[in-house]
Amino acid sequence: MLRFLVRRVSGAMVILLIISAVTFWLFYAIPRDPAMMSCGKNCTPENLEQIRKNLGIDESILMQYWHWLVGVFAGRDYAGYGYCDAPCLGYSFANREPVFGTIMDRLPLTLSLAFGAAVVFLIIGVGAGMLAALKQGKFLDKFASSVSLLGSSLQIYFVGYIAMFFLVSELGVLSQPSYTPLTENPAAWMSGLLLPWLVLAIIFTANYTRMTRSQMVEQLSEDYVRTARAKGLSKRNVFFRFAWRGAMGPIVTLFGIDLGVLIGGAIITETTFSLQGIGRLAIQSVNQSDLPMLLGVTVLAAGAIVLFNIVVDAVYALIDPRIRLA
Amino acid sequence: MTPPTPSAAAPLEVTDESVVKSPTPTTNQGSESRSPGRLAWKRFKRDRAGVISACIVLFFFVIALAAPLIAKLYGKDPYTTYASQRPELLDAFSYPAGPNGGMSSEFWFGIEPQLGRDVFTFLLYGIRTSLGIAVAATLLTALLGIVIGITAGYLGGKTDYFVGRVIDILLSFPSTLFFIAFMPVIYGLFVAPDENIPTWLRAISLIIVLAGFGWASLARLLRGQVLGLREREFVEAAKVTGASPRRIVFKELLPNLWTPIIIQSTLMLPAFVTAEAGLAFLGVGMIDPTPDWGVMIQRGAQFYTEDITFMLFPGLSMVLFVLAFNLLGDSVRDALDPKSKR
Repeated sequence: MLRFLVRRVSGAMVILLIISAVTFWLFYAIPRDPAMMSCGKNCTPENLEQIRKNLGIDESILMQYWHWLVGVFAGRDYAGYGYCDAPCLGYSFANREPVFGTIMDRLPLTLSLAFGAAVVFLIIGVGAGMLAALKQGKFLDKFASSVSLLGSSLQIYFVGYIAMFFLVSELGVLSQPSYTPLTENPAAWMSGLLLPWLVLAIIFTANYTRMTRSQMVEQLSEDYVRTARAKGLSKRNVFFRFAWRGAMGPIVTLFGIDLGVLIGGAIITETTFSLQGIGRLAIQSVNQSDLPMLLGVTVLAAGAIVLFNIVVDAVYALIDPRIRLA
Repeated sequence: MTPPTPSAAAPLEVTDESVVKSPTPTTNQGSESRSPGRLAWKRFKRDRAGVISACIVLFFFVIALAAPLIAKLYGKDPYTTYASQRPELLDAFSYPAGPNGGMSSEFWFGIEPQLGRDVFTFLLYGIRTSLGIAVAATLLTALLGIVIGITAGYLGGKTDYFVGRVIDILLSFPSTLFFIAFMPVIYGLFVAPDENIPTWLRAISLIIVLAGFGWASLARLLRGQVLGLREREFVEAAKVTGASPRRIVFKELLPNLWTPIIIQSTLMLPAFVTAEAGLAFLGVGMIDPTPDWGVMIQRGAQFYTEDITFMLFPGLSMVLFVLAFNLLGDSVRDALDPKSKR
């Protein structure tokens, strides 16, 4: 297990390194001068030079990247801002806030969005898939399958607005999506995020229903399930203990991928519901040519994807003892 | 959807199996020759949901191709702001004066709020733009995926390792984020920062970005398939008879890979349609005067509380298209690969 972790984590580090380098290179692939943007109206060459120095962009691109890397692991000294502690992702070109702090401010919203939606779509999706597998070929199965097919064809930027129009503007059942920290007021946290959760869940549930159904159907026809039944185990026991355990693998994989993507910023979801999370931060940083912020968000998003890949593989081995981690 | 009844497909499977193994099909029942393609077509025709969805998809492609013709017959175009000539079309707040978004016998799908363009032709041309981009991106992705996947699988060794790592990295990229970050870079390659970006350049950039991130999963799949095929006897036989690598790749390997390629492409196209619309919605893809599915939704989002009708047309038509295409994809998979499980 330890060897597996060391190997995978170091592999993940290499991927993150490459992704940050690509982002850096991408940013400077078009000629631009971030100092010009923050210099403002009455810009003198001396001013410009000072700003470049303060932002740490008076060096070559390679040195800038090197200093950024050093900053992440050991902290770095900024001419304009003083010392920046170890996980130092630099300061935003646009509003001069520390990147790490800004991301930490925005992260709770994105995490709430991701995990809240995940709870909803896991329960509904897996539950519906199991029911469909249990009632194979009956009305319930066909109903669940059709609904999930429809769900997988829906888009957040359409369903989100339709839901907001009917549930918020017309009927007033739910409140306008907003974010209140959980620690501040759990009820407001929940009511503010309920609509985004439901809409995200509608779209994600479909995959889980289909996947759970097909996996369960497959497992229920396996020999070991028949044997278990022949031994006289109760139907429920066979269904949950045997078949479900065998069916879980691909669902865990799918869940890991989805969670990684959601934490890396559900850009379209956050735009649709006007929520200020990581996704909005990302699109802002691209629009404002804000390299440090873009780098921070990219590394976070890629990091989430890579991290959940590792977690999925580890969990896989726990579920299925035949798989050895190596 | 329930898969087609296995009992019906079972006798066909036997012949299908033998077709894969030997180029000449065993004709143990009847003298009619049955190529794999014909067998698949037969299976497909029997699938009612598949045929219906194929008709719907075809309908979308036909109206996309015939958009200029339809617009001409209908007598309007997507760019003219009809409200500026006839102010009575919009009310004092610049929303359509008539009920249901201004739908009438003259403006079938109503009028766009604020600018007062014709919704019907805008949607028609929007479908044309979106489908054009998605089809081009699918073709380019398939080409890249085929070339890279087969090369990596066939050559093996260092090439394979290198391609494998590139695919790993590409698949860990947060894709939407990189689409957004990549678009300005591609624009920057072609035009100076302050110049206007022409529409064709936006379209080409979108195709490049979508394909640039899309090929990885297809290439990985094909690489795996080629690794298996490479060791099969027929490839060895071809090698022994002195066939060039080119011949082996195109004449021996590729014919065995069409099934996964077609299946993956039918999954890819609707995904590209929605991705392209998503980018337009975020304001980094196609932008306003160009009619586009995503642009329409983005416009609709600006005034959805006042005029939801405008949002419904692009939204529902896209849901219908994606749903039909997904169903079609399932049917194509069932027809080409009857043993696969969903």
